[in-house]
Amino acid sequence: MNRWRIARLIAGKDLRIERRSKVLTNQVLPFAGVTMVMFAFALDASNLLERVAPGLIWLATLFSLLVLVQRSFSIEGEDGALDALRVAGVDPVAVYWGKSIALGVQLAVLEVMLLIAAVLLYGAEVPLGGVVLLLTTLVTATCGLACVGTLYGGLTAGFTGRETLLPLLVLPVVAPVLIGATRAVESALGTGGVALSEGWPWIGLLAVFAVAFGVGGALAFGPLIEEAT
Amino acid sequence: MDVEPEVPNPPSVAAAPVVALDDAVAVIGGFPVLAGATLSIGVGEIVLLRGPNGAGKTSLLRMCAGLLPISRGSGSIFGFDLATQRDSIRPRVGLLGHRNGLYGDLSVFENVTFWGSTVGATSAEAEAAMSRLGVDGRLRDVVVSKLSAGQKRRTALACLVARRAELWLLDEPHAGLDAAGRDELDGVLRQAVGSGATVLVASHELERAGSLADRIVDVVAGQVHEPGAST
Repeated sequence: MNRWRIARLIAGKDLRIERRSKVLTNQVLPFAGVTMVMFAFALDASNLLERVAPGLIWLATLFSLLVLVQRSFSIEGEDGALDALRVAGVDPVAVYWGKSIALGVQLAVLEVMLLIAAVLLYGAEVPLGGVVLLLTTLVTATCGLACVGTLYGGLTAGFTGRETLLPLLVLPVVAPVLIGATRAVESALGTGGVALSEGWPWIGLLAVFAVAFGVGGALAFGPLIEEAT
Repeated sequence: MDVEPEVPNPPSVAAAPVVALDDAVAVIGGFPVLAGATLSIGVGEIVLLRGPNGAGKTSLLRMCAGLLPISRGSGSIFGFDLATQRDSIRPRVGLLGHRNGLYGDLSVFENVTFWGSTVGATSAEAEAAMSRLGVDGRLRDVVVSKLSAGQKRRTALACLVARRAELWLLDEPHAGLDAAGRDELDGVLRQAVGSGATVLVASHELERAGSLADRIVDVVAGQVHEPGAST
């Protein structure tokens, strides 16, 4: 079977498991929602909240990413499925792409919900002119985060204490996404009078990040899970 | 310029034994889990690995699956070198270890179809594999997490059948099965061998597994000994 078909098979399997277990809807989305509410409590000033809303959206996304990645690899580890994938000789590049796609879909749902939460809780407004930039930011940042999450999820899959190791490894690496996506969303929303045109250069950074981890991660994933499991 | 990918060919496949280990050593964390294993298994054989806990039976199976690197000595599976061609070995091997490799949130059918799909098997082949292992009918759409230990084991075996594994590496396959399930398993193994597969099984259930096996080898302290063979 070709690589793309295997990747679709893996992504379909992960999304079917998610649909059945409802971890995203019953645990991750409420966790992200509670995080947004806690931010609102901590920064209890309406002007300030509106100003920092883009950054809070992406911070909540990163925290939730960690939960999603843990979940994505716990389903492989519970009954030795990752080992079984290796024994079956399933192409690790296809596994990487498949798991990244499934993670990306879940992240996209999460980000849309967080954006809605920011509008409702923080009074953020989405001007019509910023919609394209906003959507482009969501797509490129999601691709980058999904690729990094899958790579490091695979790396830590076989380690004892992976629950604490994963945030330690992932958060510093995704700092460029946090910065770039926050600046781009600020431009899209016009936060603090930032011009729309100032957001597009940040899309370049997000795209480079996504491509680097999409390609580099695919090459590194096989050897990493070989060593880790 | 397009370059054709190089497909590794095993040397003289027809003549080569399925498993050929010569003084193979495997080390985990500085500890030699296999300390010079020598073993040869031909096509269609059922070989029982016998030995106490910690003797190296599971390590031997994992080495044959290409999961455990060979540190010294030599070995091949289907003529493919265990040191350099492990990727070519894996698609032809099915390992059922202490864990089943199943997804608890998917149904029996979805699991068997998924594993079959990794080698291009059709849904009909998955259904046939489920039928052979008795996990069709009312169990077909039950999620795996709701199955008994024996039913999970049978589902895992159905996945091996759907994956068209040619070398079955089974670690305590009878564990968790009731009497009827054990009989079914023995039948499946005989059927698999009848259709050209080779089986290497590690078991403590010597009476049952021994009657199934063509040959019994002892694994002691990481070394393989054949009863009756001169050393």
